[in-house]
Amino acid sequence: MKILVCVKRVVDYNVKVRPKADGSGVETANVKMSMNPFDEIAVEESVRLKEAGTAAEVIALSMGVAQCQETLRTALAMGADRGILIESDAELQPLAAAKLIKAVVEKEQPQLVVLGKQAIDDDANQTGQMVAALLGWSQGTFASKVTVSGGAVEVAREVDAGTEVLSLKLPAVITTDLRLNDPRYVKLPNIMKAKKKPLEKLAPDALGVDITPRLTVDKVAEPAQREAGIRVADAAELVDKLKNEAQVI
Amino acid sequence: MSALVVAEHLDNKLNPATLAAITAAQALGGGVDVLVAGLDCGAVTEAAAAVEGVNKVLQAESDAYAQPLAEEIAPLIVQLAPDYAHVLAAATTTGKNIMPRVAALLDVAQISDIIGVDSADTFIRPIYAGNVIATVTSSDPIKVITVRSTAFAAAPVTGGAAQVETVDATESVGLSSFVRAEFTESDRPELTSAEIVVSGGRGMGNAENFQLLEDIADKLGAAIGASRAAVDAGFVPNDYQVGQTGKVVAPKLYIAVGISGAIQHLAGMKDSQIIVAVNKDEEAPIFQVADYGIVGDLFEVLPQLSAELDKLNS
Repeated sequence: MKILVCVKRVVDYNVKVRPKADGSGVETANVKMSMNPFDEIAVEESVRLKEAGTAAEVIALSMGVAQCQETLRTALAMGADRGILIESDAELQPLAAAKLIKAVVEKEQPQLVVLGKQAIDDDANQTGQMVAALLGWSQGTFASKVTVSGGAVEVAREVDAGTEVLSLKLPAVITTDLRLNDPRYVKLPNIMKAKKKPLEKLAPDALGVDITPRLTVDKVAEPAQREAGIRVADAAELVDKLKNEAQVI
Repeated sequence: MSALVVAEHLDNKLNPATLAAITAAQALGGGVDVLVAGLDCGAVTEAAAAVEGVNKVLQAESDAYAQPLAEEIAPLIVQLAPDYAHVLAAATTTGKNIMPRVAALLDVAQISDIIGVDSADTFIRPIYAGNVIATVTSSDPIKVITVRSTAFAAAPVTGGAAQVETVDATESVGLSSFVRAEFTESDRPELTSAEIVVSGGRGMGNAENFQLLEDIADKLGAAIGASRAAVDAGFVPNDYQVGQTGKVVAPKLYIAVGISGAIQHLAGMKDSQIIVAVNKDEEAPIFQVADYGIVGDLFEVLPQLSAELDKLNS
């Protein structure tokens, strides 16, 4: 079976993001960009399914500006077979992204679509569920274990109360949580090999998808900052402060 | 037009996070109806009908709704949605799983994890792990919303007298099935609604050492949380995790022990009323948000804290 794995280029998770002075968006000039960490886990899981003989081909898909090619090359260096970039300078919100993914699914006919559970920029946590909805497929979100057997996939999910296991009919959409796997480090020879792997470019128009944003960002601002408090000497002073000053115990 | 709040429930109990979603729905200006979908969930319907400010409870029962499977519940919500201007659920793992499926089927955007309501179409939500707060306006005819429960007060559980209406269940789509659940059993308060949370990080060293935190938590009636590092290291289960991608908490008192304070962790607890940090590294970023900090070895501080709490309680 084929796997389609979706990767997003985001501001690196170590960067402390700040709003632009005019509040129109966040400052992304000269900021380090990386693959969304949850999508790295998605690529790793897809490649492992190929290495285990479950999947025959892993196709990596990204969308956005031309530099998303770098993100795709990382996925290819991790072991994806080929890449597809839907190139667009426009803002792509989750619903538009899901429609574009659906269009690629119809073209490529994968049995499994794997994506990170959320991107660490907009923290929306929507795209995978939306893809499943648009395709009429089953969905296994927040996956911490994935087992494919026959026409079904068993997914252990991280939920608020603990872990829940679902059985999904294939084809299915899986979104990955933190503890599904530890993504591999990319080795230099694989980076060189990745440069030779095929990378196809598509345009949203060619896929017949309307990508008009449905949400307008009116403004962005910094949250209220907490003031650093005081140091206390020991547990006795702490309990006294909590009891008599803060009055929370 | 009214707003529809999708109730979340487990073991025939209404999840308190739903009460916060009801408060958010009331801020939209119209009436509030609640949908209870499940199997033999009459007690949840009764509880929802008693919540202050709820006009009507829609109850849908089906074998297919015995578990909150997104594939089964989403078509039901989609069928009811055209009568409403807003459809809301708490931003729990259940709400996050189901609501985007609903939004896509309605061909509308979802507004995730809102922390404020500006008007009926404009909402406030955190992005970039809460380092930036965005104000967004939706142009869609139906607004599908998930609500951060710590940002809204819980609606009072009494004082309401909503009418109950049975709605037809949708046909089972049979795409997915529930296999089993491994839920953490605990007598402690639930993490996201606890008044006091005691959290441990990598500095705890191992799973056994969490006993030290349990002792403190027992004395304070607190819930226990953890940083991602502690969960990844296997000290505690995943449902303890507080942070950008785990649970968001805002208790009266949050005690962070052996947690350095990565931005991803701060995203899950920095709205707590009082923050205490215990860490041996005085440069740890957790001290920048802490009201009270102790620089020291947690293995010395925790037993002392335990003794001080005994004195207080005696």
